Amino acid sequence: MTAEAPAAGGSRIGALARRFWSLVALPLVSFVLAIIVGAIIILASEMLVPGQKFDPTLPITAYKALIVGAFGNESAVVATLVATTPLLFGGLSVALGFKAGLFNIGAQGQFLIGALASVFVGVIVSTQPPLIAIPLAVLAGIIGGAIWGFIPGILKAVTGAHEVVTTIMLNYVAIGTVAALVSGPLKIPTSVSPVTFDVGNAAFPIIIGKTGHIGIVLALLFVALLWWLLYRTTWGFEIRAVGANSSAARYAGMRPRVITALTMTACGALAGLAGVSVLLGVTHSMSSAFGTTVGFDSISVALLARSDPVAIIFTALLFGAMRSGSGLMQIQASIPAELVDVLQGTILLFLVMGPVLRLIFRLRSASTDIGGARTSIGGAPAGPAGAP
Amino acid sequence: MDAAINAIYAIPVLGLVAQFVGYLIATIPPVAPIILRQSTPLALGAMCGVICERSGVVNIGIEGTMLASAFTGWIVGVAVAPLLPAAATPLFGITLPLLVALAAAILVALAISFLHAWLSIALRADQIISGTIINIAAAGVTGYLNTLIAKQSPTSGGSFTQFNPPAELTNLPGVGWLFAMFFDQGPITMSVIILVIGLQIWLFRSRWGLRARAAGEHPKAAETVGIDVMRLRYRNVMIGGLFAGLAGAYLSMEATNSFQQNMTAGRGFIALAAMIVGRWTPIGAFGAALLFASFQALGQAINFAPPSGQLGDIMTAVPAQFYDALPYIVTIVVLAGVVGRSIAPAADGQPYERESAT
Repeated sequence: MTAEAPAAGGSRIGALARRFWSLVALPLVSFVLAIIVGAIIILASEMLVPGQKFDPTLPITAYKALIVGAFGNESAVVATLVATTPLLFGGLSVALGFKAGLFNIGAQGQFLIGALASVFVGVIVSTQPPLIAIPLAVLAGIIGGAIWGFIPGILKAVTGAHEVVTTIMLNYVAIGTVAALVSGPLKIPTSVSPVTFDVGNAAFPIIIGKTGHIGIVLALLFVALLWWLLYRTTWGFEIRAVGANSSAARYAGMRPRVITALTMTACGALAGLAGVSVLLGVTHSMSSAFGTTVGFDSISVALLARSDPVAIIFTALLFGAMRSGSGLMQIQASIPAELVDVLQGTILLFLVMGPVLRLIFRLRSASTDIGGARTSIGGAPAGPAGAP
Repeated sequence: MDAAINAIYAIPVLGLVAQFVGYLIATIPPVAPIILRQSTPLALGAMCGVICERSGVVNIGIEGTMLASAFTGWIVGVAVAPLLPAAATPLFGITLPLLVALAAAILVALAISFLHAWLSIALRADQIISGTIINIAAAGVTGYLNTLIAKQSPTSGGSFTQFNPPAELTNLPGVGWLFAMFFDQGPITMSVIILVIGLQIWLFRSRWGLRARAAGEHPKAAETVGIDVMRLRYRNVMIGGLFAGLAGAYLSMEATNSFQQNMTAGRGFIALAAMIVGRWTPIGAFGAALLFASFQALGQAINFAPPSGQLGDIMTAVPAQFYDALPYIVTIVVLAGVVGRSIAPAADGQPYERESAT
């Protein structure tokens, strides 16, 4: 860095800009490359559909529809914000785990159980005044998600069972639990299809446009809260210390096992809030086909943001916009909405190829390894990594 | 005799246990072939995990690899079936298109494994993140293509059929069901037992296996005695991919003859749990896979044909979804109970870097 620093004055802004560029360059290049790969996939898949005229501009039509669908008018922007809200919570959940060296693949299950607990309490308090009903339903969702995070947390702390496997298993248990309750005890008795009662007064108030609920404000508050927790409190320092080097943290007098269990519980609470925001803000009741992609999108959000709470605002917006715009893309260009998953996977793939991309595009190297800390199954923390 | 059994069944609590044991004894013979069938993708996935992790590379992309192979096997079968002669051999119903599709499925698994190996060995990326990206990308690409193709409702390329053991053998009293379990199976299921035993010998009784384990336990020491750790890890991850590809092919070409979105349904992760429970040995992992598959089959058996009497009343009162979730719950419980005594290879998950000699 020092060799490249310009001698001229006013280099403070220059240094800041360089630092900013060194942080965003790799994600940005990954994103652009993924868009190109996506275009190639669209062109290639045109040949799979027989009897259709080959249209070389289809990728542009598709991407245009994607952007218009996400930001084209006021209601589209609001829809994008609504889609971004659960990703903010979910991204924070996965990122917090990464900071402590834990990989929370279970955001999906915690999301579902959070929503389930929220609808359970929400229906009970649905006739109470909103000021009582909403906090109770939100609290229930937080507790529900926290329990679903506590189970793998305590198992990891006490028995060493790896959270990657246990959280994935709990995702499937959560799907079963939701299906059993929504088609059983929580079902509207007179209804044919498995769906619960409406949460009534516990629903989030609408503050922007026709659908923009207060959840987005809550989510941004939690971004600030998590940033403060991670970088300004002792607990946050301990989380990061355990994530960076668990044995060193123990020698320094911290208790990695306690931190692990607590952090995983907090991860669960955050993912539970994602479920709450969808349930109280959008659907207001729960059917057996409740939200299916949030949990895995959250992993992408956290990875692309390199677990930085502030960067999560942008990555969640990016993926929220893609999800929200994919509907119009499907209609106007007949491209399956799953293209968004392809783009997500490709972005991450290029991101993890970081060292190669830096070499090709001559990007300045910075500490841009994705994931807050190395995670390893059953092994000790990774050995010293060489400078790229 | 029946009167005695009925008397035992009437005892409170203890009688329920007796009824359950009776139900198991009655259920296991007809269900046994299903157990072995359902353990096949789990066992093959676990073999992939064992080979990778014994040499020091964590592979949680098994799920995605299986999914991609399942899709490829199906779609290539669809594509080549009209082009190639499809005369089925009497043995396993093997046709030329099926063989081509199987080869394609395994090739795709090898390609994905190579990607994982390159990311985690050459680039020293976080292996768990690399595996997760493979899972996300595989789910995305297969989902995207499947939605495009499913609109045309394509004709399937067929599937492998079961070998029908002679009825004199399977009807033998007492042991006939064992013959049915092992021989009333398709080619991939049948090959699992041979592969497991072969791998066990290869890993613990051969020079190659010893070297592979050395690379996973102490790569530096392995390097000093002349083992090329990087190349060995590449090779093992690729061999592991072969198994994951076979597991995927089983799902879309033997268990069914079609592809559904996310049809792996977490089997790649249950396979990882089986590997850990089986203490990173092929035979142990196979045993764990059988255990998980038994609970899957038991759940299905209870849903389809619940026992009669008091026990049946209790079992049918529990929502059907509980039995669907049973294998996942068992995985968590067994993993939590066993993992303390199950120790991973020492250098598992750690990128290896040669001391710079150049």
